[in-house]
Amino acid sequence: MEKFRYALYTGCTARESTPELLKSTLAIADKLGIELVLLDEASCCGASHLQDYDDMLSLVLNARNICYAEKLGLTMVTICNTCQLNTAMTKHRLDTNPELKAKVNEKLAEVGLEYKGTSEVTHFLYAIIQDYGLENLSKKVSVPLSKFNIAPFYGCHNIRPSELQNLSNGGENPYNPTSLDDLIIACGGNNVDYDAKNKCCGFHAELQSPRTAAVLTGNALSGAIDANADWMVTPCPLCHLKLDVQHHSASKAIGREVKLPVLHMPQMVGLALGCTPAELGLQHHVTKVNFV
Amino acid sequence: MDEIKSQQVTFKLFRFNQETDYLPYYNTYVLDITHEEVILDVLNRIKWDHDGSLSYRRSCRHGICGICSIKVNGKAILACKSRLFDLIEVFGTELTIEPLSTKRALKDLIIDKEDFWNKHEQVTPFLVSDIDENPTLETLVVPHDAEKLLEADYCIQCGACHYSCPALEINDRFIGPAAFAAAFRFAADVRDDASLERLHVVNEEAEGVWDCVKCMECAEACPKDVNPIEKITKLHNMIFQAGIAKDNVATRHAVGFAHSIQKHGLLDEGELVRYSEGNIGVLKHMPEAFEMWKNGKIVMPWNMPKSKNLDEVKKLMKSSSTVKF
Ligand code: SF4
Ligand code: SF4
Ligand code: SF4
Ligand code: FES
Repeated sequence: MEKFRYALYTGCTARESTPELLKSTLAIADKLGIELVLLDEASCCGASHLQDYDDMLSLVLNARNICYAEKLGLTMVTICNTCQLNTAMTKHRLDTNPELKAKVNEKLAEVGLEYKGTSEVTHFLYAIIQDYGLENLSKKVSVPLSKFNIAPFYGCHNIRPSELQNLSNGGENPYNPTSLDDLIIACGGNNVDYDAKNKCCGFHAELQSPRTAAVLTGNALSGAIDANADWMVTPCPLCHLKLDVQHHSASKAIGREVKLPVLHMPQMVGLALGCTPAELGLQHHVTKVNFV
Repeated sequence: MDEIKSQQVTFKLFRFNQETDYLPYYNTYVLDITHEEVILDVLNRIKWDHDGSLSYRRSCRHGICGICSIKVNGKAILACKSRLFDLIEVFGTELTIEPLSTKRALKDLIIDKEDFWNKHEQVTPFLVSDIDENPTLETLVVPHDAEKLLEADYCIQCGACHYSCPALEINDRFIGPAAFAAAFRFAADVRDDASLERLHVVNEEAEGVWDCVKCMECAEACPKDVNPIEKITKLHNMIFQAGIAKDNVATRHAVGFAHSIQKHGLLDEGELVRYSEGNIGVLKHMPEAFEMWKNGKIVMPWNMPKSKNLDEVKKLMKSSSTVKF
């Protein structure tokens, strides 16, 4: 089989509050024979908040990150939906606006870099599905997840706006996304359908609009619980922080106790590939993963 | 000419009469539809052939009046513009047709849009300009300035974005994507004299742009590619540029990223929360922070990772920053 090699943009979260995400990503890459080259030079993507403050600055910093993937001649993979959005958005804007690209490159020249537009930017989830292939993945499954009902939680920034995701994330339809469902099935699990699966978790308004954020988290958790899910899976560490850590405020906001283990996408794949809980960092979860 | 393809589709149609019904109910119709039909054709056929009491709004039939917006399987659409075959491709052959907001239904697909118009009014959605009543020349806007509106003037006030916005659904004081797009449309107009007032309106806590959850639902819902969230981001930028950003948790949350990147290249998550909330406000996050710390999810300041080649980041921060707070 073809050997896949990518430049991994970890984002900040995977190096701080969700160390289990980086750990499990590297663990499954190893099992699948995918080579990930860490982009240690990269800086924060701005998470759409730096973008609110200073558009030019965030373009320059994100372009710099992509430059390092271009230098390696590799596709950049992300493991956070919001990193994916902001990086792919930067790429899209620079690739379609030569004037803007020239302006950004003027700045990058000061540090000896040039953004060319030669590297694709895609979320690891889509790299697995489109490059590695779900069929090949299911051949590697040694511990099928057949006893579990698993609720996919897609996370906004991997599926919207579709105009952007069509270019980078395989043209998933945001009103009826299928990638995570397909991945669950490939791992031998039972995918659970519920309304909130493609809705927002509220993460980005958590500090300034806590009630809105908590209700959205509550809706997601209660939707999955009502659909009989044993646990949830998400490709976004920000969604994960919200769903895994914030169940108290979510329960309070919707007037109902909601709590469910939530796995990162690579943790789920890792379980199916026979990785140990420690290899996947399952001990880091606040809502304890009690089924393995 | 292409051959006309036809297909059987099941429609579940939302029915409700505010005057006589306690609860809404759904009628089911199985119809043969053809390739080129739009949802409005189906509604017309049901009304004309099956049930004359079905109520819905339509006028221009050309995607320009904005009155026919409804939801199909949760997706906001213009009934006169959405082709059945496209919807079938996404949702299959069972389609549920509902009003934009079921809780605002008056009769069947017709809703009370009062809240939508009130929000519009809040942002002064018209040009405020002291113009000569007997001008001798047109007030010219050169192409370069017209482009600054970024298609915000394409809005047809259909409400698709407004009734897809989760922040608005939960917090009814939130001004919402359509009115924000309108606020931007006039604030960005070179002829307008009320830009600053408008920016003050959208800068309010609980109502303004800061309470957007950045879900991108509005960009997805808009049938006119207005891309309201892009305009909301622009409004954020304009607030900082105009120097009217208040010193509060929302603005510090945005600015905090710049501070952190300057220092580490990466975001110092703990410091961001402390800086945004202040030394006292941060205390309310302590129970969660403790849970996170117990599980190895908190990086202590002295262990903060840093980007390699941090000097490049610092240099770019200096040369590329365009605003101050
Ligand atoms: S679901 Fe929430 S955390 Fe995830 S990308 Fe969307 S807004 Fe961000
Ligand atoms: S991005 Fe903001 S304004 Fe748009 S729908 Fe989401 S919360 Fe509403
Ligand atoms: S911005 Fe788009 S979706 Fe929103 S009211 Fe205007 S035309 Fe409709
Ligand atoms: S009838 Fe006017 S937009 Fe559809």
